[in-house]
Amino acid sequence: MLLRLLETIGEYFVFLAKVFSRPEKWRIFFSKLLFELDAMGVGSLLIIAIVSITMGSVITIQTALQIESSWVPAWTVGFTVRTSVVMELCPTIISLLLVGNLGSRITAEIGSMRVTEQIDALEVMGINPASYLVLPKIIASLIVNPVLIIISIFFALFGGYITVIIVGCVSSYDFIDGLTSFFRMYDVYYALTKTFVFAFVISSIASFYGYRIEGGALELGKASTKGIVVASFLILMLNLIITQIML
Amino acid sequence: MIKVKNISKYFGMHKVLKNVSTTFQDGKVNLIIGRSGSGKTVLMKSLIGLWTPEEGKIEYSGHDIGEMSTVERQKLRAEMGMVFQGSALFDSMTIEENVRFPLDMLTTQNKDEKAERVDFCLARVDLPRAHRLYPAELSGGMKKRAAIARAIACQPRYLFCDEPNSGLDPKTSLLIDQLLAEITREFGITTIINTHDLNSVITIGEHITFIYQGEIAWEGNKDEVLFSENELLNDFIYAQPLTRKIRDKH
Repeated sequence: MLLRLLETIGEYFVFLAKVFSRPEKWRIFFSKLLFELDAMGVGSLLIIAIVSITMGSVITIQTALQIESSWVPAWTVGFTVRTSVVMELCPTIISLLLVGNLGSRITAEIGSMRVTEQIDALEVMGINPASYLVLPKIIASLIVNPVLIIISIFFALFGGYITVIIVGCVSSYDFIDGLTSFFRMYDVYYALTKTFVFAFVISSIASFYGYRIEGGALELGKASTKGIVVASFLILMLNLIITQIML
Repeated sequence: MIKVKNISKYFGMHKVLKNVSTTFQDGKVNLIIGRSGSGKTVLMKSLIGLWTPEEGKIEYSGHDIGEMSTVERQKLRAEMGMVFQGSALFDSMTIEENVRFPLDMLTTQNKDEKAERVDFCLARVDLPRAHRLYPAELSGGMKKRAAIARAIACQPRYLFCDEPNSGLDPKTSLLIDQLLAEITREFGITTIINTHDLNSVITIGEHITFIYQGEIAWEGNKDEVLFSENELLNDFIYAQPLTRKIRDKH
């Protein structure tokens, strides 16, 4: 079991070494990168908007309920919502969502290319398939995910604001006062650092499991599930480590 | 000339290729035949360098592929074209883009030269109007022809075909065989075809290697294959009732 785990880790790093080699043609690399940026970014926007707005709404209602006391100032709701959303909920929950959305797409795409021998075809042509297929996906993910998380933060805070107006648990003035109080830029750096690391985990793990498929459609499904489980587990563990280091 | 010298390939403890030695002749259609699971695909994937045999060596014009540097190996691969069993066309690209792909990646040709070459290759495989179509829109035979067009785009010295007739009706299968034979002669390519299609064996096999359980059991050509004394080969060739009937009649 342990030996198998070490072997897989070794294979992962060998795979990364292949991925991070110089692209054969930069023009083709950039055109693939643009394609991936569009597919990853635009393709994930709707789901991220929906999840972020509902997440912001729920956290606002829960926070308002928990700290309903005359001893606690009303702006605390907005402050707590902002802090939770920026530091934890958006970077981690949205990254976990992206594991399912982007990660499974990457595994399925690369895995089906492996199963239908398209990767072998690239290799026979003398092209490094790992670099050609995976590098644009990783770079695109490193660019797109932080942008998506920032958009997600705005949507979540907007969701909270709308909820405050509709439900009336605190006044909108107090909520906005809380959102803008004691703002630390370091919280955003911390969130973006996590997002950046998670983006690498999502794209590289998903690609790795797709790339090493042996067999047919059944293995493709298994690889997709395995990729999601491993990437989710790594995100949770790395979240803990980064939090311990940075806070 | 491709020389295979005593190669053996293992999968775990199972020896799939057992001390295989043979020579694939320049400018000819070389067939590797044998039953499913006999080691044909393993031999072909070893020839193109996708798998590395544990023992023995494979020489291209006297150069051992196992001892080549990455750059040398890439150069050699640029001289290879491959038609995969399932065609392996890139789903996300049109047929034109598929055929242009090796030219984009491996050559310094300008746009017009590439367009001219793509037109030539597609016309040569009788797909002159398939430029804008996607692989999913083609029939099995058309996919094979598109794969052949992509394989010859960079004017390879070596053309490898893994079961080019699989899944095709006899007539289309014959057309693919004829096309491969014509291309081999026309461009002076060394063609190596993995097959168990008897029509291919008796029509285009200029050099035939019969593999049985990972070992070379017989070598010859299309004129000799039907009259061999080799029992293993005869079991394979005359496995179908139709071929047995023809043999018994003569």
